[in-house]
Amino acid sequence: MAPSDDFPISRRGLLAGGAASVATAAVARPAMAETAPSRAPASPPTAKVDFEVNGTAHSLELDTRTTLLDALREHLRLTGTKKGCDHGQCGACTVIVDGRRINSCLSLAVQHDGDRITTIEGLGQPGNLHPMQEAFVVHDGYQCGYCTPGQICSAVAVLEEIKAGIPSHVTADLSVAPSVTPRELRERMSGNICRCGAYSNIVDAIVDVAGVKA
Amino acid sequence: MKSFTYERVDTPAAATAAFARTPGARFIAGGTNLLDLMKLEIETPSHLIDVSRLKLDTIEPTSDGGLRIGAMVRNTDLAADARIRRDYGLVSRALVAGASGQLRNKATTAGNLLQRTRCPYFYDTNQPCNKRRPGSGCAAIGGFSRLHAVVGASEACIATHPSDMAVAMQALDATVETVDKAGKARRIALADFYRAPGSTPHLETALAPGELITAVTLPKPVGGTHIYHKVRDRASYAFALVSVGVVVQPDGSGRVALGGVGYKPWRVKAADAELPRGAKAVTSALLAGAKTSHENAYKLPLVERTLAGVLAQAKG
Repeated sequence: MAPSDDFPISRRGLLAGGAASVATAAVARPAMAETAPSRAPASPPTAKVDFEVNGTAHSLELDTRTTLLDALREHLRLTGTKKGCDHGQCGACTVIVDGRRINSCLSLAVQHDGDRITTIEGLGQPGNLHPMQEAFVVHDGYQCGYCTPGQICSAVAVLEEIKAGIPSHVTADLSVAPSVTPRELRERMSGNICRCGAYSNIVDAIVDVAGVKA
Repeated sequence: MKSFTYERVDTPAAATAAFARTPGARFIAGGTNLLDLMKLEIETPSHLIDVSRLKLDTIEPTSDGGLRIGAMVRNTDLAADARIRRDYGLVSRALVAGASGQLRNKATTAGNLLQRTRCPYFYDTNQPCNKRRPGSGCAAIGGFSRLHAVVGASEACIATHPSDMAVAMQALDATVETVDKAGKARRIALADFYRAPGSTPHLETALAPGELITAVTLPKPVGGTHIYHKVRDRASYAFALVSVGVVVQPDGSGRVALGGVGYKPWRVKAADAELPRGAKAVTSALLAGAKTSHENAYKLPLVERTLAGVLAQAKG
């Protein structure tokens, strides 16, 4: 899949590319020498999709296999959203679509025609942080930071879900609106894994934003 | 992932017509399970028919006092619906015991029923699996079988069905409504929806190729105390080792269904009748003829003890 435009070459990319070339030279070339000149493979099916990301309209023609995550990162260069497991198990790719948090890795970009998508870049920017971003900084709600964009997008949506009265596994009474408690937050944030184990500080940050006593 | 062509349809009739035109097609809605399996090339559709925008996303009362849940109603919306929370608490409880908030926001009612097993050998394409590659064998039998079925399994497959919601739906006698390629509608009791693995574990449901689920209906509310208890390896966001769903009436009668023990939500009418006699009697009736391995034999006492706890909780 050819990206639509190029990143400046990074040191990391150069090193990775260099390693790949070495492997190709060692393994693939002898085999190549015995085969006829290769034909270009048929180009994979594409489809057009229009959606809005962080308030900006985009129109993309994508390989149908492109996930929303890859569309954001590789085509729109919004690399704040992270690829962790790529199987919906870690939550690093969490973005907000039409007000709801989803795993962008388990969603095809072409299924999002007409949708309004918010990524970590849309929540806030340096100098203009979203209150949840601010609270994660204040409470040290991360260590390596890789899961943080997903944690923050998830946390923002979690407070909206509680406000909307959506029950969770630990909501004691289905007939009573759920409230913001550390127990509720821990359960609702369980789809966001933090390998560094910053969980207790993450809960503190969310509690802070919600304006309740922990 | 294998490449595929894509189209979006607006009506169930257009969906089934698209399937008839394109052999090798699959319907996609939330996509949280299908796309995962496509990445691993366990599912390799050549064409995807996007049914996620069909107008099947409402919950309507039925003429007999029940509810018709559109196939595209998201798990989050179903769990949060005021009527479901009030009259079918078991459904709400089962839903929020499953997956994560992000997944429940995407996953649909029909997709939840159709999700495939999480047997690790089904997922590992280096291993034989009769469900993934018919005739290749079953690596789970004699393998790591701690998560596997203790009832209803066969010599070809010991996988479990992973849905929590389906356990609640089974206890509440839900019915699946479909429309086939010819546009003909039919109703399938959830009790008859999942096929026993037998020698063909790759055939999992009563659906014909191209048949589309349009709704799941619940009969009129049965009252009682609704409890869903899921036992898993971590406190949240994990599949069930076993789960127990009950509706218990004030006189001690009721109904019970199990998750994590078989290829479908496990319910035995004779076991319902044993409820007033307690967990041991109910478990004996539910799991009569159970076949266990050294690794999953724990599920039998775990079911009994979980059920005992649930019945004590129901008494209040």
